Amino acid sequence: MEVKRERLGPAGDGSPSTAGQTSLRVERLNAEQMLRGSAIEGPNQATHLEGTELERYVHERVLTTTLDSAVAWARSNSFFPLAFGLACCAMEQFHAAGPRMDIARFGFEAFRASPRQADLIILAGRVSIKMAPIIRRLYDQMLEPKWAISMGACCSSMGVFNNYALVPSDKFMPIDVHVPGCPPRPEALMHGILKLRKLVQNDPDMGWRERYDAVGTEESPTDV
Amino acid sequence: MPDATGLELLAGELGDATLETVYFRERAMLVVDPAQIRAVLQTLRTKGYAFMASLHGVDHYPEEPRLGVVYELLDMSRVDRITVKARVPLDAPQIESVTEDWPTANHQEREVYDMFGVVFEGHPDLRRILMPEDYEGHPQRRDFPLGGEPVIFTRDEAKWLEHRE
Amino acid sequence: MNPGDGPSLSAYRRQEESIVLAPVEEQLRSDSDEATHELLTLNFGPHHPATHGVLRLLVTLQGEVVRDIKPIVGYVHTGIEKTAEDKAYWKVIPVVERMDYLSYYFNAMAFCGAVETLVEVEVPKRGQYLRVIHLELNRIASHLIWLGTSALDLGAISIFLYCLREREMILDLFEMSSGQRMHTRYFQVGGVIEDIPSGFAKKLREFLKVMPERADEYGAILNSNEIVLQRLRGTCPLDAETLLSLGVTGPLLRAAGNPWDLRKADPYSSYEDFKFKIPVGTVGDNYDRFAVRLAEIYESVRIIEQALDGLPEGPFITEDRKVALPPRHELATSMEALIHHFKLVTEGFRVPPGEAYYPIESPRGELACYVRSDGSSKPARVHMRDPSFVNLQALGPMTTGSYIADMIATTAMLDPILGGIDR
Repeated sequence: MEVKRERLGPAGDGSPSTAGQTSLRVERLNAEQMLRGSAIEGPNQATHLEGTELERYVHERVLTTTLDSAVAWARSNSFFPLAFGLACCAMEQFHAAGPRMDIARFGFEAFRASPRQADLIILAGRVSIKMAPIIRRLYDQMLEPKWAISMGACCSSMGVFNNYALVPSDKFMPIDVHVPGCPPRPEALMHGILKLRKLVQNDPDMGWRERYDAVGTEESPTDV
Repeated sequence: MPDATGLELLAGELGDATLETVYFRERAMLVVDPAQIRAVLQTLRTKGYAFMASLHGVDHYPEEPRLGVVYELLDMSRVDRITVKARVPLDAPQIESVTEDWPTANHQEREVYDMFGVVFEGHPDLRRILMPEDYEGHPQRRDFPLGGEPVIFTRDEAKWLEHRE
Repeated sequence: MNPGDGPSLSAYRRQEESIVLAPVEEQLRSDSDEATHELLTLNFGPHHPATHGVLRLLVTLQGEVVRDIKPIVGYVHTGIEKTAEDKAYWKVIPVVERMDYLSYYFNAMAFCGAVETLVEVEVPKRGQYLRVIHLELNRIASHLIWLGTSALDLGAISIFLYCLREREMILDLFEMSSGQRMHTRYFQVGGVIEDIPSGFAKKLREFLKVMPERADEYGAILNSNEIVLQRLRGTCPLDAETLLSLGVTGPLLRAAGNPWDLRKADPYSSYEDFKFKIPVGTVGDNYDRFAVRLAEIYESVRIIEQALDGLPEGPFITEDRKVALPPRHELATSMEALIHHFKLVTEGFRVPPGEAYYPIESPRGELACYVRSDGSSKPARVHMRDPSFVNLQALGPMTTGSYIADMIATTAMLDPILGGIDR
């Protein structure tokens, strides 16, 4: 599958941007107006853009608003992990939630049992072929925005057991962070979770959907 | 463990059911005829070996008969262990189930069926226990491939796919 | 559940006694209309809040009473036994350790014991004592997780954090001796891979001083908690006869009154040198299973103390260079050592053909390893007789006829480890 990315100039045809003259604020307002569908005045008109190109155009110009960054900050500091442990890595996950390497320091101690209430699934352990469709179903039941951490070598990359019975987790669901180790120390798991937190805080749109050009594939309750 | 002479006496009592006796590293093993396995185990139970510690399978590829079922019995009062093995060929992998006399054999026979394909006649519920229900093949046979997959990460997928072409 | 067996009755309890609960069978017999009592099959799917791994239970209920229970396993089947056939003997150890993932030293011990039987190599005394120390530490660690997660299931959430605090101390000790917290590859064929470092004994003694006090704390908290007692006392008993016919060993069998413990009955690895008692229950209900495991923690502490006090000097791994790696300083001076090292690391040692079955006492029961070798450097068959796999068959007879809540408590007291069940 071909993914072509190009920087859009103000005319939308790849020519270098001459937006130096217009102030940033005006540009932002224009872009927002364009999204809303109303006509805009001024020299930088790009009314022929549609769909994903339009969104990309807007994204180039609209810096994350204060509201967006506030929401991203709140989301990143209150992951609700799904209480999901498969094998040995689950023991180290317990230790990450334990008294020494306390996950509650960061605000992530609310392990939810139900996938509908969780937004972070930590695949702790090896994924067998019998379990893979069930994990996929759990992941589908989670509501947007959701993230996935693949903890340990077995689910990231088959680990010690590269054989008929296991499936790497990337094969059936998108993963945001892989944490290596067999099992990874609780500190390593925290490092992985904090990396995810940084990803959500600073660059909320560079999740896998943007990188992989799959924006628009989010499930909404009305789709089903 | 019954010592070597004890093993021979035991084998003599079991008569024609015993195909072979092996005394290796101070452990006794009887290789018996699969058609009489239930009777053999009952006789051993009367001799005191009343606890079945384990029931597992082994593949003797490429020697025939290929599939072996191993029964480990334990006499708790004398702390005595004895192993009983029954070998079945691949084209006729049936053996009588001992679940009625030894309830512990239930899940363990299902595992041997799942992994080796030995069919236990008379088992109350013989279906796969470890692999998915619709899996084809018996993984722990020696000629079943080990399997495995190349691993692609989400962010490398495009690169890997274009590599393939 | 008649609230009549508490020590002293408060006014609330006396008030409760006035409510008469007909026993379940009476209720069902009195109502002859089948249509109002239909059976409901509930799926306790592989993902559920009880922290016991991916165990799936199909429970057939009549009201709140369990009529039939069918465990479905295989959700974490990893093909460990098949992977082990592909690797040299010493490379099988890390693979096999990941089977029953709470008692990793025990898995390694069973496998190493089986291979040592086949290769006919003798483990030196110091190696045996070091093995015993690590095995008993692992037993305590396994019981701590069992206690923590069972208390979590019953609702006593703080016990989970307390148990993890002790387990951190044990994992620090493991990290000190082998460099890894879990799955340490410390046990090798012929002994242990390395001697204990110089701060280990001191840290271990500190731990041994602290552990019985903490275990007293847990006992005090849980034994005087009315809810825990109500949920555990008298629920789901099973007699020793049925357990033996189902092949159950370990704390479950000991809770029912049968004092079978392989450490005493058929001692391996110098267990006969140590004096310790076997906690045995009377009734075989959930409370006995809980009490037996809690008491085993004290006994393990006693064993470790004796092993540490009596730790002999000497080699920690067999001197047979065909089986064990030579010490590194020899590689600089001796040509044979270099050749042995090379052979062992590249191809591994060859094992004479034969079969061996080596049983040991793991925290869950009889764990045994069956190894069949065909003369090459890779095993032809490795099978681990896992206690959880066999013990799971007892869940049905234990829980049929009791309430769902009792089934949850029984699953917790059964201590199933899905890694061992599914291998």
